[in-house]
Amino acid sequence: MTGVVTHGLLLTGRAARGTMRIPVFAVMNLVQPLLWLLLFGQLFRKVVEIPGFADGAGAGTTGTSYLEFIAPGVVMMTAMFGAAWAGTGFVQDMERGVMDRLLASQASRPAMLVASMVWYAVVALAQGLVVLGVAWLSGARFSGGTAGALATLAAVLLLTCFVAAVSNMFALLARSQEALIGLSQLVILPLMFLSSAVMDTRLAADWVATAARFNPFDWAVVAARGALSVQPDWGEVLGRLGLLTAAVVVTTALATRAFRSYQRAG
Amino acid sequence: MHPTHVVGSPAAIEVTGLVKTYRSRRRVVRALDGLDLSAAPGAVLGLLGPNGAGKSTTVRILATLSTPDSGVARVAGHDVLREPGAVRRAIGYVAQRPVTEPMDTGRENLVLAGRLQGLSGPEAHARAVELLGRFGLEDAADRLVRTYSGGMARRLDVAVGLVHRPQVLFLDEPTTGLDPHARAEMWAEIASMAGEEGMTVVLTTHYLDEADALADRLVIVDHGRVVIQGTPDELKDRLQGDGVTVSLHDDDAAARAAEVADRVPHVGEVTRDGRLLRARAASGATALPVLLAALDAAGIDVREARLSRPSLDDVYRQHTGRTFSAAASEEVGA
Repeated sequence: MTGVVTHGLLLTGRAARGTMRIPVFAVMNLVQPLLWLLLFGQLFRKVVEIPGFADGAGAGTTGTSYLEFIAPGVVMMTAMFGAAWAGTGFVQDMERGVMDRLLASQASRPAMLVASMVWYAVVALAQGLVVLGVAWLSGARFSGGTAGALATLAAVLLLTCFVAAVSNMFALLARSQEALIGLSQLVILPLMFLSSAVMDTRLAADWVATAARFNPFDWAVVAARGALSVQPDWGEVLGRLGLLTAAVVVTTALATRAFRSYQRAG
Repeated sequence: MHPTHVVGSPAAIEVTGLVKTYRSRRRVVRALDGLDLSAAPGAVLGLLGPNGAGKSTTVRILATLSTPDSGVARVAGHDVLREPGAVRRAIGYVAQRPVTEPMDTGRENLVLAGRLQGLSGPEAHARAVELLGRFGLEDAADRLVRTYSGGMARRLDVAVGLVHRPQVLFLDEPTTGLDPHARAEMWAEIASMAGEEGMTVVLTTHYLDEADALADRLVIVDHGRVVIQGTPDELKDRLQGDGVTVSLHDDDAAARAAEVADRVPHVGEVTRDGRLLRARAASGATALPVLLAALDAAGIDVREARLSRPSLDDVYRQHTGRTFSAAASEEVGA
């Protein structure tokens, strides 16, 4: 177990050096969500006036501005779109001989996975704070206090770990960058639209609302929006965080098994 | 070194009946077809063969990166399927492709590799300094690996493989893609480390001269099987001399030329193939003028005459009846 922790920290350090040396990727990953926040926020400013919008989505949200409504959604989008590329590191390691060298060494495989997940979570937390800061500067105001902030950060952390584990698993199974582009376009993007990130799902088609209930991305959005609202429904927040935790555990276990498939194919 | 078994000293590598098939698009490719080999501790074993012969597959199985369909492989006394962890502790593996992180420095790569292989922080730093010095990379120690030349990057790859002082080191085509100077440097490194600490080195290559310079024992692999094995001297004896090819104007002239060539001293193994006359000579440079003079004296007009140094191709032609120059030339570009 200490091996996993030590190796995890060492490999997280490697990932951190990589990001620090080419910070442009982490910064570019922030551009898109800020455009969502500022342009989308302006474009759909009036949707909050549609009867039924955000009613009871966290009691007391009446009077919520659209910017305040989408800010938690945009934080989660940043986390998800960033973590979807976690597998890129694995693909690059496979294209070189780094993956083979690590697998033929005493390096802990769970640590290889967890390091990638942890580092993407750290980046997503920093990006999430930037997004919330920009929203605040633009006039959005959040409640929920320290507990709300911590719950939001926990949701970012869990969502990033879930998506990064899925991305790493794809990388190990498909062993190509193209597969990750497919994941991003065909899985991640629909997950965003089948959620309440930018629109109250009660105003969408019924099936969208149903799909959102089974969507881990929506769990994170609902948890964060609830935690940042005036009167948080903590049962709902913790329930969603619990579901996300379970999703992380399951996908991490599956991704660890994907190492075996990678070796069988080799 | 001959593979004589020393009592009480188990073979570093012991492979019996290894079979591995790949399925791709309904086609079953038999990469290994009952491969057997062994290496004594402290020896350098050269695995020689063209692209697709099964060299890399063999090494990947021995390094626990792939699993055989059947057969037994033991490395440093441990079964690769039953005790992969013990095998991984005993080995260093340098893949065909670079094994370092290009966005880390040489030192960072070595320290990380050392720590992942179980060295403490101070041990890993000390070992990194030692290896950087030994591989002539002190000046580049704190530069990013992506700025390294091909030869420097490859030396760092080997250093990474050595970081935990493995019992068995696998080098998969360590000099492919390197310029002649960098290749010579790499050879010197491999030769000097092979003598140390009783480490066994398994080297795959498609260069006969490389295997010749470095290996105590050569195993030539083709179609997933061992074609021939022995010490470089034994193999060279079978490949003695140069090839001589003389092209004549017609079949009749070639037939008469063959009769003449048979009587020329130091020219042997004369065969005729249409208008081509092939022969072997211990020293082609000495024998060719004599042969041409004899043909001239017999009034036979020669269109073209060529000498060829013995090559891996010749060994292959001799033992497999086919050439792999096409496969080998493809591989140079890869």
